[in-house]
Amino acid sequence: MGTKKTIKMRQMSDNQKGIIRKVSATGNMGRRIREMGLVPDTPIQIRGRAPLKDPVAVKIRDYVLTLRNNEASNILVEVDEPE
Amino acid sequence: MKKKFTIALSGNPNAGKTTVFNAMTGARQEIANYPGVTVEKKVGKVAHKGYEIEVVDLPGTYSLTAYSLEEIVARNFLVNERPDLVVDIVDASNLDRNLYLAVQFRELGIPLVIALNMVDVAESRGIIVDHKQLSELLDVPVIPMVARSNKGIRELLDKVVEVAGDGDEQWSPAVISYGMDIDRSLDEIEEIIRESTIFDPKYPSRWRALKCLEGDKQIVDLLKRDPEAGEQIDTICRRIFRHIMNTLEDEPEGIIADHRYGFIAGITKKAIRRKIESRINVSDKIDKVLTNRVIGPVIMLAILYAIYEFTFWASEVPVRWCEAFFEGLGWVISSVLPEGYMQSLIVSGIIDGVGGVLGFVPLIMFMFFAIAIMEDAGYMARVAYMLDRVLRWFGLHGNSVMALIISGGISGGCAVPGVMAARTLRDPKERIATLLVVPFMNCGAKLPIYAVLIAAFFSAHKARMLFILTILSWAFALFAAKIIRSTVLTGPKTPFVMELPPYRMPTLRGLLIHTWERTWQYVKKAGTVILGISIILWGMMTFPEISTEKQRSFEDNRRKITKSFLASPDVRGMLKDEKALTDLNELFDSYDKAMDEKDMAAVKDLEKKPLFPLVKAAVFLEKGDFAKNKLTSAQLNAAARYINFKSDMIDTDMSEQQARLKGTMAGWIGQKLETVTRPLGFDYRTNIALVGGFAAKEVVVSALGTAYSLGDVDPDDAGSLSKRLKKEPGWNPLLAFTLIIFTMLYVPCFVTVIMIRRESSWKWAGFSIGFNIIVAYVVALVIRQVGMLLGLGL
Repeated sequence: MGTKKTIKMRQMSDNQKGIIRKVSATGNMGRRIREMGLVPDTPIQIRGRAPLKDPVAVKIRDYVLTLRNNEASNILVEVDEPE
Repeated sequence: MKKKFTIALSGNPNAGKTTVFNAMTGARQEIANYPGVTVEKKVGKVAHKGYEIEVVDLPGTYSLTAYSLEEIVARNFLVNERPDLVVDIVDASNLDRNLYLAVQFRELGIPLVIALNMVDVAESRGIIVDHKQLSELLDVPVIPMVARSNKGIRELLDKVVEVAGDGDEQWSPAVISYGMDIDRSLDEIEEIIRESTIFDPKYPSRWRALKCLEGDKQIVDLLKRDPEAGEQIDTICRRIFRHIMNTLEDEPEGIIADHRYGFIAGITKKAIRRKIESRINVSDKIDKVLTNRVIGPVIMLAILYAIYEFTFWASEVPVRWCEAFFEGLGWVISSVLPEGYMQSLIVSGIIDGVGGVLGFVPLIMFMFFAIAIMEDAGYMARVAYMLDRVLRWFGLHGNSVMALIISGGISGGCAVPGVMAARTLRDPKERIATLLVVPFMNCGAKLPIYAVLIAAFFSAHKARMLFILTILSWAFALFAAKIIRSTVLTGPKTPFVMELPPYRMPTLRGLLIHTWERTWQYVKKAGTVILGISIILWGMMTFPEISTEKQRSFEDNRRKITKSFLASPDVRGMLKDEKALTDLNELFDSYDKAMDEKDMAAVKDLEKKPLFPLVKAAVFLEKGDFAKNKLTSAQLNAAARYINFKSDMIDTDMSEQQARLKGTMAGWIGQKLETVTRPLGFDYRTNIALVGGFAAKEVVVSALGTAYSLGDVDPDDAGSLSKRLKKEPGWNPLLAFTLIIFTMLYVPCFVTVIMIRRESSWKWAGFSIGFNIIVAYVVALVIRQVGMLLGLGL
């Protein structure tokens, strides 16, 4: 078992899995992110990125959500540290 | 007497709400707008078990906050109109997120029935929902269904009647815990609200308290009606905000949302059974290819190109039928009505004007059909996803792409439904910027103008020219957006937090409804505005009429030409009088026609006529068709005279037509505009056509046709206009290209301006006219002047 570490969702690589630990966005963006189900303790997996590497597509709660990199910066995700 | 009640249909986008609505109400639906806003309101009726049920389709939303137009509309409808029941369509394959809205309905307390849709899709992904358990945990009836194949609709209606039929269902808000601190404040606020006599009892007090803690602007403002209580509540909210910020480093709103999802997780843990080895998700597989970073964009371009090809291929024949129909109609009316103003108004004014627009209905329809397939299959969201980064650079949003494509992004759409498609954009600034640039796209009405000018001056590169024009329209639209977003509409970019819905096979019914709704927008435009403007335009190009003296001088001139022709020694022997000349003209025309139609039997007949050698000689002189040896020199001389005579007559006719046009109101305007348009190379006739084009771009071709004295020009088959322009002095590829670009950019058509006003304000509608004219003028001027410098305009 590798150790755990918390990184920004933006820094995750394609197909990497993790669990959301904190959503630091507030206001309109925070509301939008949360109502789509990006709340703490939710497992996610990066599905891929658009041709220009932005936005990013995330598998969450049985569906696929897209968000821009600057939005993904507000979400902290716990991932397995690679060996 | 049937008993009546009202239900509201709600649900997340892509949960199948429209399918359920259509399955419930069939064709019995009406589309209106919610008062004061541009959100569409669909209302349908269904009779079930002796009840007449009115079904109101609420906008698809993920939540019930006060931060998007759709959500406010939905909420206001629920609270103010108090429907007897809400049916929440929940996607079983995506239960967590769909229940987020359902939980908010429970908080509001409105009578609720959950329609658990797409249970088949869920099962195929290994998700089994225990609907009885779900019903128990949420304390609402749950009806499993598959709306696409009509399964469960009857059961849903049974339940709706059972719950709402007696009409005295009480609101019963669910009490959910959001953590100790928030719960305590909720109780405090609730008590203050309950004690106040000023507040509207329509809103449940606990829900209202919750909205205060969430900082919901609409509800907080309402609370200011009771200043004392409002003040107390405000103090509590501030206190809890500080407290939560200090202890949890978050806003109360965030904590509340987290608890809602926590509540949902508790429910789904009990109600969902997952098969461990869930089958492969087809959507994921497709996305591996279609949104692949390298081949995704290539496939996207290929699909867009295929749609373009499909539209033109499929619509070719029906468009020809439509045109034949209007041509026939015009012909019938011409032969029934006596010649005069009435005939001219109906044939040249109304049928040509309205027919020109309606003739394109098949093309528009196939384009919308193809777009509906992309939308309903879920591909449009992928296009937005792939292009968001590019569009964002220009200050637009991934979702703007939809409006741009419908307006003519792949050539041949219509800006009217395009403007309406911009509604999917949440941010007002991004929406207005999109509205302002969609008129730059190559809509179906601009294509005939391009067709005429390309055929005349760039006939060797038809396809390439059209492709270049498509690229140019995108380029202009995007750069214009960039300019607008960095000057008059500055503001932050909005989030692109969006769902990529699973790919779905579109249903024919859904496609037809989508296609028809948009096509109808276009048809309505022809039936109303264009009808009126065609009549006005006809009047402006007809009145005031030419003075009798002037007309007499042209007639005198014609008589003189005829006389001198008949009197010339070469002709005298062959044509005795004017009667013989008329016969010759007729013979000449019939021969031309017979040759065009390759009707050899008719040609044989004509060859027997005594005057035929003259025709033969004239044809020989003009085209060199016959062998010379069989013609006498006398015949050739007479024929040469005849050719001269004909061209003199045409010149006179043309000068008369020009004098007529210059005298009319339209002619006056066109000439006045020459001061401004001279640097672009446009003369008064082009100006008339462009002014007419403000009504509808289709008018440009027919007005050019009239201005160039061709009588009626069919916008699609304007081969004669192409030929005419090619010969006209002053016309050259540079002028043609300048006019094409000017037409692409100058003013949105009248109906689009009205639509822009409806979707924004008069201010922006007016701005769009001014802005587009300036852009068009500057670009056209640069093209013209640079072209002249390069020596292209010679």
